[in-house]
Amino acid sequence: MSDDGIRPTEEQKRRQRGRSVAIGLALAGLVLLFYVITLVKMGPGVFDRSL
Amino acid sequence: MSLADIQDRSLDDATAFGGQGDVGDYLALLKPRVMSLVIFTALVGLLIAPGSIHPVLGAVAILCIAVGAGASGALNMWYDADIDAVMSRTVKRPIPAGKVTREEALAFGLTLSAFSVVVLGLAVNWLAAGLLAFTIFFYAVVYTMWLKRSTPQNIVIGGAAGAFPPMIGWAAVTGTVTLESTVLFLIIFMWTPPHFWALALFKRGDYEAARIPMLPVVAGEDATRTQILVYSVLLAPIGVAPALLGFASAGYGVAAAVLGAAFVWYALRVYTVREGEPARKAAVRLFTFSLVYLFLVFALLLGDSLFGRLVAGGWL
Repeated sequence: MSDDGIRPTEEQKRRQRGRSVAIGLALAGLVLLFYVITLVKMGPGVFDRSL
Repeated sequence: MSLADIQDRSLDDATAFGGQGDVGDYLALLKPRVMSLVIFTALVGLLIAPGSIHPVLGAVAILCIAVGAGASGALNMWYDADIDAVMSRTVKRPIPAGKVTREEALAFGLTLSAFSVVVLGLAVNWLAAGLLAFTIFFYAVVYTMWLKRSTPQNIVIGGAAGAFPPMIGWAAVTGTVTLESTVLFLIIFMWTPPHFWALALFKRGDYEAARIPMLPVVAGEDATRTQILVYSVLLAPIGVAPALLGFASAGYGVAAAVLGAAFVWYALRVYTVREGEPARKAAVRLFTFSLVYLFLVFALLLGDSLFGRLVAGGWL
């Protein structure tokens, strides 16, 4: 199979890495945000439920 | 186009497929300078509202309002890419500069819009989220897609989008829309026309080139000067209204009256000085002062409210 596709330059790879890191950080931030919001809204009650 | 055609394309042509922008380009899509004003006015609305909100939820509200404002900026740049490319003020934006494709900006704007509204609704309240959704819709659809290219009243009506943030901040705390938050809305709403028309006076060539029917282009500079003066005269008493309605002190009222009088004075300069470089300078000065005015009025409202709470709480 030929690998004659569009090959990104080093600069393009660098930008792609930057975007990937930013998306990763944004997702991690959202996880943290929802965790903190849950604690704030439910307080200790977050553990107070039947299993 | 066949797959072989696509594979034969040179790397330069890859621009057409996107994936060229770096993180800074995407941040530029959010119009950070506009966002800073939105954050500030929303924060003031949130902090001077009666009642309280958990600090974390308050921060989440401001974050959502900021992201929602940024999202509407990205949607604006998606739709306006054609006219941004012919205006000196906007030609370096990510889409006309070839860094980000229109489709990428659209996807970015829609994603952030949805996230900001849903998170605000789930974390704070659905009235604030509804107002944020309406603000994004108003800016992206009513202003950008409809009014901007069709009427010289574009920024008068479209200015409402920029006026909502303090009302959203207020609603985040109280869960209501009240006369007080409507006054905060009206201050920005009445401030917007003289602010943008002053800009349009010294950037008229840009708007002509882009065929945007701004007031100086359609009705002429004299009519614009009159309108600027009328809106400035209307703005001055509205700036004082928080004191008259009792949710700011008399001290704020005096300061706001002085600032309003200065605004009218700068507008009068624009009205009377109509020829050559002095006329351009008068418009630039009004534009610059209008930014100072809005910042100071909201900073004074915030300072006044915090001072009042400290006194009421026995801290002073």
